[in-house]
Amino acid sequence: MSQQTVSTLDEFMEGVWRQNPTFVMILGMCPTLAVTVSAMNALSMGISTALVLIASCWLISMVRNIVPKEVRIAVYIVIIATFVTVVDYAIQAISLELYDALGAFIQLIVVNCIILGRAEAHAAKNPPIAAMINAAGMGVGFTIGLLSLGVVREILGAGTLFGVSLFGADFQPWVVMVLPPGGFFVLGSWLLLFSTLERRKQRKLVEATQNA
Amino acid sequence: MNVEALVPQTTPTVAMIRTLGLLSAICGLIIVASYQGTYAAVQENKRIAVERAVFKVIPTAKSIDEYIASPDGAVTKVGAGGTASPGAVKFYAGYDAAGKLAGIAAEGAAKGYADNVRILFAYDPVAGTVASFSVVASRETPGIGDKILVNKDFLENFPLEAKLSADLKTLAHEIRTVKHGSKANPWEVDAISGATITSRAVGKAINDAAQALLPRIAPQLDKLKEKSS
Repeated sequence: MSQQTVSTLDEFMEGVWRQNPTFVMILGMCPTLAVTVSAMNALSMGISTALVLIASCWLISMVRNIVPKEVRIAVYIVIIATFVTVVDYAIQAISLELYDALGAFIQLIVVNCIILGRAEAHAAKNPPIAAMINAAGMGVGFTIGLLSLGVVREILGAGTLFGVSLFGADFQPWVVMVLPPGGFFVLGSWLLLFSTLERRKQRKLVEATQNA
Repeated sequence: MNVEALVPQTTPTVAMIRTLGLLSAICGLIIVASYQGTYAAVQENKRIAVERAVFKVIPTAKSIDEYIASPDGAVTKVGAGGTASPGAVKFYAGYDAAGKLAGIAAEGAAKGYADNVRILFAYDPVAGTVASFSVVASRETPGIGDKILVNKDFLENFPLEAKLSADLKTLAHEIRTVKHGSKANPWEVDAISGATITSRAVGKAINDAAQALLPRIAPQLDKLKEKSS
């Protein structure tokens, strides 16, 4: 029993940390750079993608035994497009303001490589529950990736966080951060931070083995 | 030797079509159900968004009616036999608490620095001026093009004169955007220095929409004066 719990958690954490779509696999860069001008946009985009990911992986896993491999890509795309349409309508019903802010990037979830990649690499080979857990992990990982960009860009570029002003009226916003180049600056900085941490960890590992 | 084992396994055509057909049917059902399920909420959201935008440019308005001005000069209320014929212009009539016309709001659009700048402006038919405007959608550079909403000198342009010529066919003076500091007439828009392209887009959007709409509304103003039930 405990063995199974560990593997389930492992399955979930794969997407959150070890195979994080944004910082490790560098997938889904189009929405990552384009919609992360504010924390709210980043969070809603992350949640939308996660919902599509979980629902599509569930359905793809359910039908995995009846789909001939010749037509599997067509089937995946139809299923993903269906759930993107559902999310699209749901966002319009919740808030038109948010819908306008996210623009075409909601519809573009259809061609997000994280989702098609998960469908092909995981959901098509695993039972529904495992596929959903793995997809949820990836969704959470992607949301964390988007949020870490959105939070930094909103604080620096607008002086606010989730729309709440942080520094008062005297703050001079660093406008380039909410423009497209700012997305690259912030993403590059995060990648630099993570690879530095990774390298330091490996160096310590080498030193530890040499000393032993 | 077994010959069949050497031939690669192929999926029968029927199986492929059956799978694709079945999944398409399921997906179709999901899409239609979600469209139907969210339709009411989406329409309500759109109505609220329009109302909020119009109330912002006509602050005294308490209720709005949506109208369509056709090229033949007819002005019809949407939802009361008004149909969108080609070339028709949509506008909103805002009424105050007493049901008197508080102003007319219409949308205009013109090319800005990045993509179209879509604005909603309020027209005061009594004074013959454009009282104010707001942005519906724009992709202008933050910190530069979006100054049109906050720059004090630019907002001084409003109310902007938009009187019709004597024959009611066109505006007496075309609304033009001029270089910062060279505004000489009440129908000119003084551009923001450093955001000239966006300022020009605002002027052109108002001019184009006003040229198309105001001559059609002018003969029908009496009909719009009181809120019709």
